[in-house]
Amino acid sequence: MPRLLNVRPRGGGRLVLGLVPILLVLLLYVTASTARHAANPSDKILPTVSAMAEQVRVMGFEVDPQTGDVPLVVDTLASLKRLGLGLTYATVTTLVLGLGIGLLPVMRASLGPLVAAIAVIPPIAMLPILFIVFGLGETSKIVLIFVGLTPFMVRDLASFVASIPEEQLVKAQTLGAGTWLVAARVALPQALPRLIESLRFSLGPAWVFLISGEAIASDVGLGYRIFLVRRYLAMDVILPYVAWISILAVLMDLGLSALSRAAFPWAHPARAR
Amino acid sequence: MAVLSFRDVWVEYGDKIVLEKVSLDVEEGAFVSIVGPSGAGKSTFLRLVLGQEAPSRGRIDLDGAPLRAEPGPDRGVVFQRYSVFPHMTVLKNVMFGVQCSDRKRSARDEAIEMLRQVGLGDNLDVYPAALSGGMQQRLAIAQALITRPRILLLDEPFGALDPGVRLDMHELINGLWREHGLTILMVTHDIKEAFKLGTRVIAIDKRRRDPQAPHRYGSTAVYDFPLEKKDAGLPREAHRLAQTLA
Repeated sequence: MPRLLNVRPRGGGRLVLGLVPILLVLLLYVTASTARHAANPSDKILPTVSAMAEQVRVMGFEVDPQTGDVPLVVDTLASLKRLGLGLTYATVTTLVLGLGIGLLPVMRASLGPLVAAIAVIPPIAMLPILFIVFGLGETSKIVLIFVGLTPFMVRDLASFVASIPEEQLVKAQTLGAGTWLVAARVALPQALPRLIESLRFSLGPAWVFLISGEAIASDVGLGYRIFLVRRYLAMDVILPYVAWISILAVLMDLGLSALSRAAFPWAHPARAR
Repeated sequence: MAVLSFRDVWVEYGDKIVLEKVSLDVEEGAFVSIVGPSGAGKSTFLRLVLGQEAPSRGRIDLDGAPLRAEPGPDRGVVFQRYSVFPHMTVLKNVMFGVQCSDRKRSARDEAIEMLRQVGLGDNLDVYPAALSGGMQQRLAIAQALITRPRILLLDEPFGALDPGVRLDMHELINGLWREHGLTILMVTHDIKEAFKLGTRVIAIDKRRRDPQAPHRYGSTAVYDFPLEKKDAGLPREAHRLAQTLA
């Protein structure tokens, strides 16, 4: 019998091991929900699976006669647009600043302290400022995501670029590369997979900022809907929405991971484990 | 004419003296081995030639003109590690040097020929991570030679390799040196290697020591042996040097 340390599940065994806890959680929920409904058929806290399925049908596949839209679809599109724009601005800014601060000592000396200072401000504390400055519309929600993510992503990328071995930078210069070529052909390509990884880790906080912004001031969006129906204790809507958000988040994470593997095979050497 | 010349070069960090009064000339076509105990300033010496550092006093000339304190294409280098770019294939690693000086030329054929010479002709499209340590160093050498530097700097190039692989590399670098008429400066820990490959061996160490303030005396070239003819065994000087440096 090998030590637990050396037991490595593979293939089907790995799949089963991953599924068991998920199934257990679902089973636990169904059991609890059934018990509550046996005691009180109109319980709203733990809705039955069939009640939630009904709400998925109503919210996701039926046009709301008042607005003429399918709520889940417009909410998803609105939220993804805000998230996408916020992430795009954050990523582009990170690429420019992170690369510059990591590679150029002059930029590190001038911008490093500012970025470090901004990074310690809790983004949610800046939300009122953003609402005052940018109004209650789309801009403030997108800026919240941008402000919340960028300082951390910049610091992460800058420290990664700064850790590229000096030997590589010297070697490139002995091959005739100047600052621009070192940045474009040595630092940038090596920074991109790290940037994608950093973006993957930032998806969680990005959703937090998105839902926060939508909860406080919005008239459409996944976060808006959840906080709206909370007033009626509509757990049969909230739970499917939360599940949908987690599905979207997982898909984005898998997408980014696949992109990195496809575009930068050298950054993902085959591992033994 | 001397390719590289040091004139009374000092390197000081604050009141710590690392190198003092280093004066030497490196002739065209020489294979100079630089040996010395750890911490004696071998690396500082190489950093000076690379331009990663400027001397506090004295001057360094390359081809008669003052050396710019910045790495440049007139000096090629192979480090012990991290010499190659992990995100480029073997072929692209070598083509990079030509593309830096001339954007239009792809230099594919030149690069392939150079890779063939170092024995990597069959590994053009793999990434360096898939190569063994010895093959990575072969790649680093090909990469450095493609731009035809005036002087090739080797910083413990074979230090991390297995003994067998090391012997192959000795043969390779010796062949390339003869074939391309290179001028080579090699820093090494291995005194045997220094005498086997070099046409000249320079030992860098402190000439004087002050037990109360060891940092106040820097290192300099304490031994400088031109090796006229090479035979199979180690010359007498090597044994003496090994004893001195031990």
